[in-house]
Amino acid sequence: MSATDPSEVVILAAADMPEKEPRAASPRRRARPEGLVRSLLRNRKAFAGLIILAGFILLALLAPVIAPGDPSIITGQGAQAPSAEHLFGTTPKGQDVLALTLWGSRSSLLVGFVVGLAATAVALLAGLTSAFFGRAIDNGLSLITNVFLLLPGLPLLVILAAFLPPGLGTVMLVLTITGWAGGARVLRSQALSIRGTDFVAAAIVTGEKSLRIMFREILPNMASIVMITLLGVVIFAIGAQAGLEFLGLGDPSVVSWGTNLYWASNDGALMSGFWWAFVPSGAAIAFVAFALALINYGVDEVSNPRLRSARRRPFGTGTEVAR
Amino acid sequence: MTAQPPTSRPQPGASPQGDPVISLRGLTKDFQVGGLFSRRTVRALNQIDLDVERGEIMALVGESGSGKSTIARCVIRLEQPTSGQIVVDGVDVVREEPRRASHEYRGKVQMVFQDPFGSLNPIHQVRHFLERAIRLHTGVGRRENIESTLEELMATVDLPADLLDTHAYELSGGQRQRVAIARALAMEPQVILADEPTSMLDVSVRIGILNLMRRLRGAKGISMLYITHDLASARYVADRTTVMFAGELVESGRSTSVMDHPAHPYTQLLLSAVPDPDRAGSYDPVERARLRNAVLHSASCPFDGDPNAGCSATEPVRHAVGDPADRHWVRCHMYRPSAEVAARALAADKSEDDDIAQPAARGKKA
Amino acid sequence: MTGITDAAPRNVLVVSDLSVEYRGEKRTTRAVDRVSFTIGPGEAFGLAGESGCGKSTAANAIMRLLRDPAVITGGSILFDGRDVLAMSPDELRSFRWREVAMVFQSAMNSLNPVMTIGDQIMDIFTTHEGMTKKQARVRAAELLDLVQIDAGRLKAYPHQLSGGMRQRVVIAMAVALHPTLLIMDEPTTALDVVVQQEIMAQIGDLQQELGFSILFITHDMSLMIELCDRMAVMYSGRFVETAEAKGLFANPRHPYTRALINAFPPMHGPVAELTGLGEGVRFTNIPDLVEVSPGHLAALDSAGTHDILGGRS
Repeated sequence: MSATDPSEVVILAAADMPEKEPRAASPRRRARPEGLVRSLLRNRKAFAGLIILAGFILLALLAPVIAPGDPSIITGQGAQAPSAEHLFGTTPKGQDVLALTLWGSRSSLLVGFVVGLAATAVALLAGLTSAFFGRAIDNGLSLITNVFLLLPGLPLLVILAAFLPPGLGTVMLVLTITGWAGGARVLRSQALSIRGTDFVAAAIVTGEKSLRIMFREILPNMASIVMITLLGVVIFAIGAQAGLEFLGLGDPSVVSWGTNLYWASNDGALMSGFWWAFVPSGAAIAFVAFALALINYGVDEVSNPRLRSARRRPFGTGTEVAR
Repeated sequence: MTAQPPTSRPQPGASPQGDPVISLRGLTKDFQVGGLFSRRTVRALNQIDLDVERGEIMALVGESGSGKSTIARCVIRLEQPTSGQIVVDGVDVVREEPRRASHEYRGKVQMVFQDPFGSLNPIHQVRHFLERAIRLHTGVGRRENIESTLEELMATVDLPADLLDTHAYELSGGQRQRVAIARALAMEPQVILADEPTSMLDVSVRIGILNLMRRLRGAKGISMLYITHDLASARYVADRTTVMFAGELVESGRSTSVMDHPAHPYTQLLLSAVPDPDRAGSYDPVERARLRNAVLHSASCPFDGDPNAGCSATEPVRHAVGDPADRHWVRCHMYRPSAEVAARALAADKSEDDDIAQPAARGKKA
Repeated sequence: MTGITDAAPRNVLVVSDLSVEYRGEKRTTRAVDRVSFTIGPGEAFGLAGESGCGKSTAANAIMRLLRDPAVITGGSILFDGRDVLAMSPDELRSFRWREVAMVFQSAMNSLNPVMTIGDQIMDIFTTHEGMTKKQARVRAAELLDLVQIDAGRLKAYPHQLSGGMRQRVVIAMAVALHPTLLIMDEPTTALDVVVQQEIMAQIGDLQQELGFSILFITHDMSLMIELCDRMAVMYSGRFVETAEAKGLFANPRHPYTRALINAFPPMHGPVAELTGLGEGVRFTNIPDLVEVSPGHLAALDSAGTHDILGGRS
């Protein structure tokens, strides 16, 4: 098996014991490997990512407290640079950028996570079904998946958004439709790999029903890859939502990072160099994506011990002698 | 085809009682290999006729690629045979349950897999495997306390009951295999198929597992089909041994009889290759080549003139050997295996296509 | 002693008190614990033990192939009188493959699938000996001939050969530069019994012809008796017994050795029940080897028995 064989990734997560490591003098009962969550918290990258993400979520939840009132109300002079009164300055229209950014996080994060969950759920269902119900269904589902993968994403997004009534619901629907296929491929592959293991064969031989095998035998072994897929789709969703809204295809009345950017562009902030009007929202998107990516790296490292960064010195150069 | 007793003609080696728990007749399995432009059919099993009696351990020995695992996978219904009969406990399952095994069937026939590290799902505790088995097949209700049954099972396989609450990855290979055996036993099956259960275990724990199998046969009367490439363990644990070559059966009979007096050149070849400290330095390449040749192109058969079975180059005729009580038969030496099959199995050239019995090599299988 | 030239040939390998530890994040394990043995010129030394006993680690240590988290923490390795542990990376480069070569476990599966056999063998010659491709091809053909493979197979890819042939190619590659010591780590484990016997015979022939020493590592004791002159049995990082091969089989003194030998049911005689090593049995605090008869050492304590930790925890 290669280092990237998904089934090995998963099973190592549970056993945490590469085969070559000697059992010399080990007790018969090994210590329980810690769960995914706890080892994530120990991993530096994941921890950093979680902190940043938690920060953003906290700010989103506290937006009504920190910046009460409707953020799109004009509260000051247009296009003012950051000052004591308006920490992030004002938009060309005269709205408080800080308030807009804080309130914007609510919509962006909400859509991001809802789409993430929905798309991952669809991908998971497709992947598990493909793996488990036979060649005909697998071929059919693979065809559908491939069609969705091949369709160019942005034009599809644009067309769908243009034809459907504007609103957050549309955005979420559209992003889910375009976002599920990539995850489906990966999850199908992982599910198939697990399907071929002896323990699934043993479950079949024991007489377990198919659905039970799918959800109680195969799925729990896919935890880390499901998490990775989920985080990936969330990143996609936040970015794509911003993109749609920037193009004016979202709901302009909603306050979100993307619409903030849209209005900044529309009102000439970009042209005139009023950087404070668009940098906060843009930076926020970047930081959230960064945080999610860090968590993703962390999950990857935890599931596959070979990726851990600990002291990887070159091969056989003599540094291993410590007499 | 009705579910009558499979053959009317008395086979050499047929049991006096005539009520085998597993009876295979004409079992054939073909696999399609190759990509889009070069598909070809590989015949993994060719007209297998095999009986496993109640209360006996039958060993099925052969090299890798001989098809022995495929037989197990067909009987356990993880593979669909291309043709032939599989009669278990009097019921022709291929005919009665063509698409998938019934729940009842699962309760009758169980399997222990080769890889102790892969056959137990890492997320479950030992308790889970045994409990599911019990609940699914012995009519014990959800609320009933099955704790005592669990403890009994663990005791039967010589494991301490406190291991019930451990996870599979905390156990050694030998312990895992015992759990796998306990899971199979939990369903109170009539027959257990054991596919190389000790080949991935440390050498010093193998005997323990083999002894457990002997005990189960003796105490509980469970029949077993023990698949292995290791002749020594077959001799130790099995009542009868059947030798397989390139998807076909070549010899069968009481284990000691087959191994002490092998009648087929392939059996002789296998026996000569078993490492034996008392026989060190006996490898003779000339003799090896002669045996190989005899398997593929024998010019004569020592049983020529057998009144019960005339020699034939095209039909796999079986000649009786020695004492009838040993049920020892050998396939006629004159029989020519199909050129492709034989060349594949014994030739110096083999491509990876020949590991077709391994599901991983063939990709997914519905 | 003085004035007389020491005519005895120098030992090819002298390992003294070698210790290797695996330093993990949470705990440190001793994989090899004060192991000592010697291999003379042309001698075949067998190292028997089960998975996790440290035999592969010891072999890798000899060739300085260990990497994180393994660390050599004690002892010495002398090859032909030279201190292997003190060699610089440059010295190691010429040391490996020229003087010591290794056939790894499942080596036949680690041949490069996208290169022909010929190219892979030729690589050895062009890299280590600086030969031209033409010269290398000639040598490659000779090498295949040595292991009884038709030179026409130089153009074949690994997947076109059987497992046994691939293993012979790997062995040929290992002896390509005529090393003094050949280390073989479970070379026949993945092979069928018939092919296994042929490979063992091949190794014996090669040794006769080229005269190298062998360190043969396996869990199958009965393979060793044909090939090996001396043997050692390893458990949990320590040697529990070492002797001349035939002597070890005839008269095993340590219970673990006996368990390993008995693990193979006999092929003759009535079928009698064998007792294996119970699964709870662990040997702890293995004492140093003591001589129990000339040339035969076993890790028995002074009372001649051994502390066996039996039963369940």
